[in-house]
Amino acid sequence: MATLNLGGKEVEIDEDGFIQDPEVWDEDVAIDLAATEGVDELGEDHWKLVHYLRDYYLKFGIAPMIRKLCKETGFDLKYVYEMFPSGPAKGACKVAGLPKPTGCV
Amino acid sequence: MAEESKTPLLDELEKGPWPSFVTDIKMAAKRKPETMDLLNQLELSYEEKIGHWKHGGIVGVMGYGGGVIGRYSDRPDLFPGVKDFHTLRVNMPTGWFYTTKALRTICDIWDKRGSGMTNFHGSTGDIILLGTDTDQLQPLFDDLSEAGFDLGGSGSDLRTPSACCGPARCEWACFDNLQMCYDMTMEYQMELHRPMWPYKFKFKFSGCPNDCVAAVARADMSFIGTWRDDIQVNDDEIAAYAEGGLDIQADVADNCPTKCISYDASSKKIKIDNSNCVRCMHCINVMPKALKPGKERGCTLMAGAKAPILMGARLSSVIVPFVPKEKLEPPYEWFKDFIDRLWEWWDENGKFRERFGELLDRVGMRVFLKAMDMEPIPQMIEAPRTNPFVFWWPEDVETSGKEAK
Repeated sequence: MATLNLGGKEVEIDEDGFIQDPEVWDEDVAIDLAATEGVDELGEDHWKLVHYLRDYYLKFGIAPMIRKLCKETGFDLKYVYEMFPSGPAKGACKVAGLPKPTGCV
Repeated sequence: MAEESKTPLLDELEKGPWPSFVTDIKMAAKRKPETMDLLNQLELSYEEKIGHWKHGGIVGVMGYGGGVIGRYSDRPDLFPGVKDFHTLRVNMPTGWFYTTKALRTICDIWDKRGSGMTNFHGSTGDIILLGTDTDQLQPLFDDLSEAGFDLGGSGSDLRTPSACCGPARCEWACFDNLQMCYDMTMEYQMELHRPMWPYKFKFKFSGCPNDCVAAVARADMSFIGTWRDDIQVNDDEIAAYAEGGLDIQADVADNCPTKCISYDASSKKIKIDNSNCVRCMHCINVMPKALKPGKERGCTLMAGAKAPILMGARLSSVIVPFVPKEKLEPPYEWFKDFIDRLWEWWDENGKFRERFGELLDRVGMRVFLKAMDMEPIPQMIEAPRTNPFVFWWPEDVETSGKEAK
């Protein structure tokens, strides 16, 4: 398993760059993960989405469906892509420290 | 002395007169040696009877959520050439019409950025490019965009709409399915590139009931050309087929599924009971010079088909039995309004990975029709002659004063 220096610590990542242990996540890790997904700066709305995803994951153990995500954050999907150009699954979920969504996507 | 082959099991597939992907990939490997690991890994799978591709993987290009399918080997130590070997879907031109220049362009781009052309169209309809590594994805996408191509759909998005060759090459096309497929592709770019739904959603447009893109079996929303008047008959050509040796009784009349054709061998004429014709196309396919679809053409709009993945296969059910040709021209406002409401209902009510047809099965047609503000009609069936049974809502049932026993 490869490791990457994120937020000042060596963190295990999978081949798609998702962190393996959700416990090591903090905001500094998020900032460095964002840079790997083409996001140079995390603004207020970025953080709102990232925290929403992380809270949802900690509560339910999975990522929310897109419709739920948009409804509950008030962001439409287009705006989500503006914030995270690689999209909610590859971009926002990775930055929020969620494990890679599995299955045949 | 010849070098001993590393892939003896796969080499068996090169024997015999038919084409072999093993031979093709060996050829590709002459120019791109890492491609040989594709066969080496498969050989191991044949030996161990277990696949060596990892499940899942999320890769993509900036701005899009679909179009690239991540593939990783679970033995990168043995097969470094296919450590990552992602699949790309590229939106094909509607009806698959290419200039040779366009084909060469795709081949050149893929030679440069991928593992070499070993495959072209899959059953999704898209151009399927098999095998490139993560670093090449964005430059590849940029090269394709430069050349006028775009990625297709993957994941829980609108899959690349697909249409048969339609009126461009086929006299049986009952509506301009190419125009409609192209229009819907352009209209729903957001839905195509950015997965947002419970699961995938497919549009397929077939010009006639031969259904060359298998819309009835594979598309959540199927458009199948049809006609509502009578099959056009040319008596002289019927006679010519008979004189040419065709056994019209055995090969046409007896094969009609509803037995609505009768043939008189003495006058060499056929009679069709058009009210019982189920548009199977068999007679027209056997005698293309003598028979043609009717003149009053349009399409049947059907919904809910899927191939088996999580649940079994399902065919589309009729939603609108006949849409006249005039309504099958841009700007298709009626359809856009319809599909927007359908997606809204499915997205709101569908479970994770539940196809539209599975939701129909789970909640029933009557719930869908009520949500769409549509009346049930007897033609809303899965196949001709099947039961058009719809549950009524209790409030719609008039009681005549008699109490049920």
